[in-house]
Amino acid sequence: MSPLPPLTPAADTAWLLVASALVLLMTPGLALFYGGLVRAKNVLNTMMMSLGAVAGAGLAWAAIGYSLAFAPGQGLLGGPDHLLLAGVGLEARGTVPHLLFFAFQGTFAVITVAIVSGALVERLRFGPWLAFTALWTVVVYAPVCHWVWGGGWLARLGALDFAGGTVVHVNAAAAALVAALALGPRRDWGRQALLPHNVPLVLLGAGLLWFGWFGFNAGSALAADGKAVLAFATTLLAPMATLAAWMALDLARTGRVTAVGAATALVVGLVAVTPAAGFVSPRGALALGALAALPSYFGLLARARTRLDDSLDVVAAHGLGGVTGALLTGVFASAQWGGTAGLLEGNAALLTRQAAAVVATALWSAAGTWALLRALALVAPLRVAEPRQGRGLDVELHGEEAYGTGEGAILVLPEVATPPLRAADRPLATAGSGAGV
Amino acid sequence: MKLIVAIVRPERASAVLEALYRAEVRGLTISRVQGHGGETEAVQTYRGTTVKMELVEKVRFEIGVSESFVEVTVAAIRSAAATGEVGDGKIFVLPVESIVRIRTGERNEGAVTPVAPATA
Repeated sequence: MSPLPPLTPAADTAWLLVASALVLLMTPGLALFYGGLVRAKNVLNTMMMSLGAVAGAGLAWAAIGYSLAFAPGQGLLGGPDHLLLAGVGLEARGTVPHLLFFAFQGTFAVITVAIVSGALVERLRFGPWLAFTALWTVVVYAPVCHWVWGGGWLARLGALDFAGGTVVHVNAAAAALVAALALGPRRDWGRQALLPHNVPLVLLGAGLLWFGWFGFNAGSALAADGKAVLAFATTLLAPMATLAAWMALDLARTGRVTAVGAATALVVGLVAVTPAAGFVSPRGALALGALAALPSYFGLLARARTRLDDSLDVVAAHGLGGVTGALLTGVFASAQWGGTAGLLEGNAALLTRQAAAVVATALWSAAGTWALLRALALVAPLRVAEPRQGRGLDVELHGEEAYGTGEGAILVLPEVATPPLRAADRPLATAGSGAGV
Repeated sequence: MKLIVAIVRPERASAVLEALYRAEVRGLTISRVQGHGGETEAVQTYRGTTVKMELVEKVRFEIGVSESFVEVTVAAIRSAAATGEVGDGKIFVLPVESIVRIRTGERNEGAVTPVAPATA
């Protein structure tokens, strides 16, 4: 290979601006993906959980989380230097302005906690959810982010996580598992079939997630360079292989290829390639993507037979997909492409470090999430009362319907000062009796 | 023969179906309808527009039954649909002149539920 000619820092800035916008689009994409998977009476609440994370997690990240993750500190936690965005300006961080680096990282913080919502839909009250997004981002996400990307102990250990397989997906899935257990199942869980109400919405969401994921993975090169191109290509290839393997499994098991299954497969492939994106060869990404289908596919089937109401299968998709991706990064990492050799090139130590990163992240996330939810439950009830779950969270919590016809709606006129009627406009009954105005 | 028409809450519809199945009532039609009983109107807001929802989503069951199944059916629906709150709905029992099963041409009692409940 002849080396790529160096590009200017201006190109890095331009690419990262675009990539940040792409990653931000993943959150409304996730809202569509999750929204289609729930029942019609809860779609607005489910989508609002993702949108709520933009406010809750986004603000907490700007105020506190970013500093704890990326300000100079020690191995376990960053420092206070960037609290309330202090000292985050247009100076260079790497080859891009510091403020842009902050913005890019902020979009990751938002989507990570939004992923957790998939385990909690159709029964969690909205206020506690908003509080959870803010607190979880500071207490659980920011430290893990520091460990891996802020120069913390996992970075020093040499664990590889290109774009957040561990930081984002294993982290969110461990939180989802614990939160689903702490919150308990939905009212109708195990008694009624709880089916997706709008599969086209799920497919649209999966498409937007993939589109945004190019910013997520290729943007994580933090430069417009060869590494970004490699991450872009692996993000294209791995989900293709996952989708093909998933469809083959569907076909072999039931004789039919399902649309919800295909949308799930895309997300699983994207999750799995996330830690590997800039470290494996394009051919390695194909193998990684295909293999990643197996644990998640059978994990989904197994979960449905348990009492765990991980409603939208965050653990199977992001947890098993994330763990598989993190471990296979240790297998397929290519010295020629990404600078680090993996198991296939004789470096078994990398696989151990990958496993350590997964275990440490999952344990930290599970413990932190459990403590947070116990604390929140002391302040306010977390679950929506059962009769209100029956009527649906859209009407009960938000006072709106997703698919109302508008029939039977009586307009409530705003009680503002209306100008007195002119004589000509008075209703006949009052005009004659002199009772008008 | 009677035609039983029941208007119930949508969130109780699954429970009603299950209760009817347990009571061995077979053959029914359901539809999503909107209506208004005595319940208080829910208030919804869309941007600056506030509305009171006069019509509430309900599910209507229509079941043709033989005489001996009337009380069984009514009891099954009531037990499954009642929450105790205003808005649980109503059950209407209507006389039927005649019934024809389209496939076979069977008429009246022969075209609906058996003459006696199996469990009776």
